[in-house]
Amino acid sequence: MTSKPIKQIHLAAHFPGVNNTTVWSDPEAGSHIEFSSFAHFARTAERAKFDFLFLAEGLRLREQGGKIYDLDVVGRPDTFTILAALAAVTEHLGLTGTINSTFNEPYEVARQFASLDHLSGGRSAWNVVTSWDAFTGENFRRGGFLPQDERYSRAKEFLATTNELFDSWHGDEILADQATGTFLRDAKAGSFVHTGRHFDIHGQFNVPRSPQGRPVIFQAGDSEEGREFAASSADAIFSRYATLDAGRAFYQDVKNRLAKYGRSHDQLLILPAASFVLGDTDAEAEELAKQVRRQQVSGATAIKHLEFVWNRDLSSYDPDGPLPDIDPDVSDDHISKGRAQVRMYRDPLATAREWRELAAANHWSIRDLVIETGNRQTFVGSPQTIAKTIDDYVQADVSDGFILAPHITPGGLDAFADTVVPLLQERGVFRTEYEGPTLRHHLGLAHPDEASDERVAS
Amino acid sequence: MSSTPASHLHLAVALDGTGWHPASWREQVARPHELFTAGYWADQVAEAERGLLDFVTLEDGLGLQSSHYGELDGRTDQVRGRLDAVLIAARIAPLTRHIGLVPTAVVTHTEPFHISKAIATLDYVSTGRAGLRVQITARPNEADHFGRRTFPPIDLEQLRSPAGQERLTDLFDEAADYVEVVRRLWDSWEDDAEIRDAATGRFIDRDKLHYIDFEGPHFSVKGPSITPRPPQGQPLVTALAHQTVPYRLVARQADVGYVTPQNAADARAIVAEVRTEQERAGRAGELLHVFGDLVVFLDDEQAAAEDRRARLDSLAGQPYASDARIFAGTPAQLADLLRELGEAGLSGFRLRPAVTGHDLPAISRGLVPELQRRGAFRTAYEADTLRGLLGLPRPANRYATATA
Repeated sequence: MTSKPIKQIHLAAHFPGVNNTTVWSDPEAGSHIEFSSFAHFARTAERAKFDFLFLAEGLRLREQGGKIYDLDVVGRPDTFTILAALAAVTEHLGLTGTINSTFNEPYEVARQFASLDHLSGGRSAWNVVTSWDAFTGENFRRGGFLPQDERYSRAKEFLATTNELFDSWHGDEILADQATGTFLRDAKAGSFVHTGRHFDIHGQFNVPRSPQGRPVIFQAGDSEEGREFAASSADAIFSRYATLDAGRAFYQDVKNRLAKYGRSHDQLLILPAASFVLGDTDAEAEELAKQVRRQQVSGATAIKHLEFVWNRDLSSYDPDGPLPDIDPDVSDDHISKGRAQVRMYRDPLATAREWRELAAANHWSIRDLVIETGNRQTFVGSPQTIAKTIDDYVQADVSDGFILAPHITPGGLDAFADTVVPLLQERGVFRTEYEGPTLRHHLGLAHPDEASDERVAS
Repeated sequence: MSSTPASHLHLAVALDGTGWHPASWREQVARPHELFTAGYWADQVAEAERGLLDFVTLEDGLGLQSSHYGELDGRTDQVRGRLDAVLIAARIAPLTRHIGLVPTAVVTHTEPFHISKAIATLDYVSTGRAGLRVQITARPNEADHFGRRTFPPIDLEQLRSPAGQERLTDLFDEAADYVEVVRRLWDSWEDDAEIRDAATGRFIDRDKLHYIDFEGPHFSVKGPSITPRPPQGQPLVTALAHQTVPYRLVARQADVGYVTPQNAADARAIVAEVRTEQERAGRAGELLHVFGDLVVFLDDEQAAAEDRRARLDSLAGQPYASDARIFAGTPAQLADLLRELGEAGLSGFRLRPAVTGHDLPAISRGLVPELQRRGAFRTAYEADTLRGLLGLPRPANRYATATA
């Protein structure tokens, strides 16, 4: 039997986000907006030799029933600005930001990522997301201008255009020869012309080639189009499949798409989001995990969650009482705005029927049902159990590593860094020191210049 | 509130590349190879903080630098290329403690929603030291980088024609709307909107978040911001202005306006015009600083400064011309000039070092001690925020309803 080479694990830290998995009511929970929280979180991730820090983005506050949703953490910083500041308090940690390709322009986003890459010495990464909704568009000049079926078409062209801008400087243009007085080798440095369906732009880009050439590209969409987009253009996927079977299926599916684009298996990393609850023993961790799930779903949150499915105002229902007898409203206009979750329930009538049966059979209240049918934490156990599970999953091709989202800000990663990481290092599957200065080094990705040389050579 | 004595003047430094003289990068001290590194900018801002300056501004643009107003110049003998100013400021913020950070944002092709949260975030990462310098662009080549609008060719002479003035007015009106949106978004969260009320399970009191519902000819923006109200409430808004149209923007929306008088009489006339516009904008009682911009060559001997200027002009192949008055002399002479202009109504100055590596330390180690000896400048930072340094109170939130 030929044994597969042992894979090295990639780990990242997701700053806890604006959803109910983040527990703000815990006495340990700190500010979600003060810089000291971000700095603490980033320093912990770097102390643990993580590959990168990950930031999500939302460009309009979520609403339910026409009102701003008030039960979860609300409010976050500007992605680029906070990452640039974090570059000052870390030395090696990659800095991955989610930036929407719908409500931005390529020239501006390319300037910002190239600048961030310079200012961080080559540690920038871009999680490219798309949206189309007129709801978010109300905050922007262009409004909700994009039909849903064109969002990937625009995203692909957006990314291709920014790549043209990143590549418009080659890295040898700045001479800055004080003796001869030549600063620029070529007056045409940064020239570009892009003519396409979504963008028709030309001129000269004004940020010279950055250390990584281009930021590392992440993709997070799960649709057929999203998977193809990732296979053709991304360096890594921020996926949602962190369980054994679903993870392996997704991993195979996406990696098998790479050949079509002339890419090899190691040119696209699969990094699912994962949560965890640590305890001294497995039993203690299980007990703690139950408590956390209960903290995550207050009575009020449970009612709001039921409203996603029912698409009705259920505020008159008692969260500790039985499920509603009335059926969901299946009209198009949805009660919830500004979140992806509403698309998860494709057949609300069937879901409602199934939940009523489950609740009746188990004597569950509304809150019990939402807790029990909700996502269980990905990893629950002692440090030994979690280290072994993560290692087993990565070796079994569930993923190439995980993007860990603690439920407490900013200290939720501390215990993981102190207890699980050393065990992964002992197992020989996680770095004990950073081996290079850039995020591409951490992720084992070639510099774009080398990558294109290889393609020409082969 | 600030405790700055009325006799004190305010000092800012405008950072741009290796300095404002086009040949500045050829000086030994210039470090042109490091312009695209964080370390270069960290050193400059640390030097300015050493001199207890109120703030630094950082220039920016959405295209390559050019010696022409309206188009690229194709030159290879001057610094070309730059990093995003907001991100430089954010990168420096955690490394400094007192000095204000005022990056330039071009408002003509960008989104007020993005800039509002970016400057709010800069205010968080600097714990209350953020500002913004708003700038318009009429350049057709920069419009072509976005492809959403086509701008006709423009030069300085055209700009003075009635048609040119109309274009300029439209761009500055858009800038005023832009700042209005930025400011409303900063106020779109009340200070105490985050309540973390365990009893009701509510993280925020949503009655303390506000739609801004801005509608104008160029854009409409709904709000609220995704970022809570920044530490200063309203970070500093600044703009450079050379004539009536931009003076009006300063009068309507700014906390600090930079103007370019050639002498004291000129300064008096400009300040009078700004004050008239300020009154017309209904802001008569508010503190609005008018700063004079000056390019400075600063040496211990006047002859040395003049020689340096001549040498750089000769390297550049032509005398350096600027919108601002160019000063070459000693710290004592500059202190005299600042006093004279200050008496004409300017409350501070934004100095543009001709060669950053030379003239910035000359400001912080030469001019500042000279002003201190005259009792005209602070000897220690007296406030924790940029607004505080400038004597600007933390403003009430426009959306907050007074409760008993």
